[in-house]
Amino acid sequence: MLKRRSLIKAMAATGFGGSLMATLPGCSLNGTKGSSDAARVVVIGGGFGGASVAKYLKRFDSSIDVTLIEPKKSYMTCPGSNWYLAGLVDAKTITHSYESLRDKHGVNIIHSTVSMVSPAAKQVTLNDGRVLDYDKLVVSPGIEFKYDAIEGYSEDVIEQIPHAYKAGPQTELLYKQIREMPQGGTFIMCPPGNPFRCPPGPYERVSMIADYFKRNNPTAKIIILDAKDKFSKQGLFQEGWKALYGDMIQWISASSGGKVSHIDAKTKTVYTDFGQYKADVLNIIPPQKAGNIAFAAGLTNDSGWCPVDQQTFESTIHPDIHVVGDSSIAGKMPKSGHSAASQGKMCAASIVAKLNGYTVPTAKNVNTCYSLVGADYGISVAAVYQLVDGSIVPVKGAGGVSPMGADAGFRKNEANYAHGWYKSITMDLWNS
Amino acid sequence: MQKTLSRLAKIMAIAAIAPLSSAAQAGEISNAELSATTCFQCHGAEGKASGGSIPPLAGYPEKVMVQQLLDMKSGKRASTVMGRHALGYSDDEIRAIAKYLGSLKP
Repeated sequence: MLKRRSLIKAMAATGFGGSLMATLPGCSLNGTKGSSDAARVVVIGGGFGGASVAKYLKRFDSSIDVTLIEPKKSYMTCPGSNWYLAGLVDAKTITHSYESLRDKHGVNIIHSTVSMVSPAAKQVTLNDGRVLDYDKLVVSPGIEFKYDAIEGYSEDVIEQIPHAYKAGPQTELLYKQIREMPQGGTFIMCPPGNPFRCPPGPYERVSMIADYFKRNNPTAKIIILDAKDKFSKQGLFQEGWKALYGDMIQWISASSGGKVSHIDAKTKTVYTDFGQYKADVLNIIPPQKAGNIAFAAGLTNDSGWCPVDQQTFESTIHPDIHVVGDSSIAGKMPKSGHSAASQGKMCAASIVAKLNGYTVPTAKNVNTCYSLVGADYGISVAAVYQLVDGSIVPVKGAGGVSPMGADAGFRKNEANYAHGWYKSITMDLWNS
Repeated sequence: MQKTLSRLAKIMAIAAIAPLSSAAQAGEISNAELSATTCFQCHGAEGKASGGSIPPLAGYPEKVMVQQLLDMKSGKRASTVMGRHALGYSDDEIRAIAKYLGSLKP
């Protein structure tokens, strides 16, 4: 049987639709209740999670009215931003527009900020006062920083002490500071404790900064003052650091005196329980929580992240609202762009299935994460995830990290695949 | 008013575009299709070449893909990351995903 929303869409394609739509009462930006039976899905956030949901909702059911709300007109990805710091890629390569989602996939794009979500009224209010009705809402706002977590540090100092952990102007600032650092100077990074966005991200970053220093500032020092005692792909990173950069990079674990007690922002001095360290360039990556709108919509629990059904990513607090990506609590999956894109597809498929009365598919989530230790030296971690008793857990025996002690050819292949991965995932989400 | 318009719309649409209507319908989403969409993240959207270093999969001969994946899963065929992925899927899942990817237009 033909559905009315399919008919209207088909009519639009033949030229009948335009005049019909114009005569239908109450048609608004994303439809108004009662004007049409096209389901309305609003997606907040156009990063890896949100772009994935928006695109795949349309792929699985083109009749759904999908509106993506994202403040930025172009989006610089965090993946690849460390490569940019090293000068291996340019800013354009890691920046994407929403034109394909709009023009090729029929997603309504609104460049605005959401000021309020009303789960009871099923409405989203934008900063400019516009109100959007939804049947299903997807929230994918990424992370927000806990700026008050470190004494002496605050949002007021990020122009001097960049986090560069949301790509964009902060990345440009760190790029500039590294290049202006005096010869033989000291770069200090303070990564956060778990959980945080992109677990290998800080360590790829120091690798890429070391790559730059090796070529341009060979007597520079890099110190990592860590809030943790171990980190993602640790053995592989440390093996690569030694091979490529000698003793340029010093990692100090939390229990060896790396845990930051406070900082003096003015002098860029970091104090730990064991001593003090003065930086020429200081990169503090603060602890994190779900994006602000997740808190405003009441989607978070005491952990500061959003509990969700582990198959559909529907909030366990508010029905008909889904949360994907970094803000969600997704079992054992890391907060990564690849995870967010995978979750976005699972979420889109479950929404389409529910709206159409189909069986919700139960495919496995995937994470693949490449890091560059050097320009020709790549390493990876991968996992396939299944649902066991309502929890997302890695499939035993699968996944894992690249082998230790692999030869240069293996590392070079993975460096090439890192760039290949980037091209493919950004093609999948923004550029096709 | 609404009802009349709706009926009018149906008449007009059926008369004008009946052959197109199925294209606008959504279908059931199989686990194989949904899994295949996660392959696109490394292998290119819809399995088409992204211009990067990772091979595209659309239209890949199904039998060849199944054999290669099973061999990477067992370790018989060398790989960097693909063997680690293949271990996450049953042989039946691998066959179903390969069948779907093989059916896509390159």
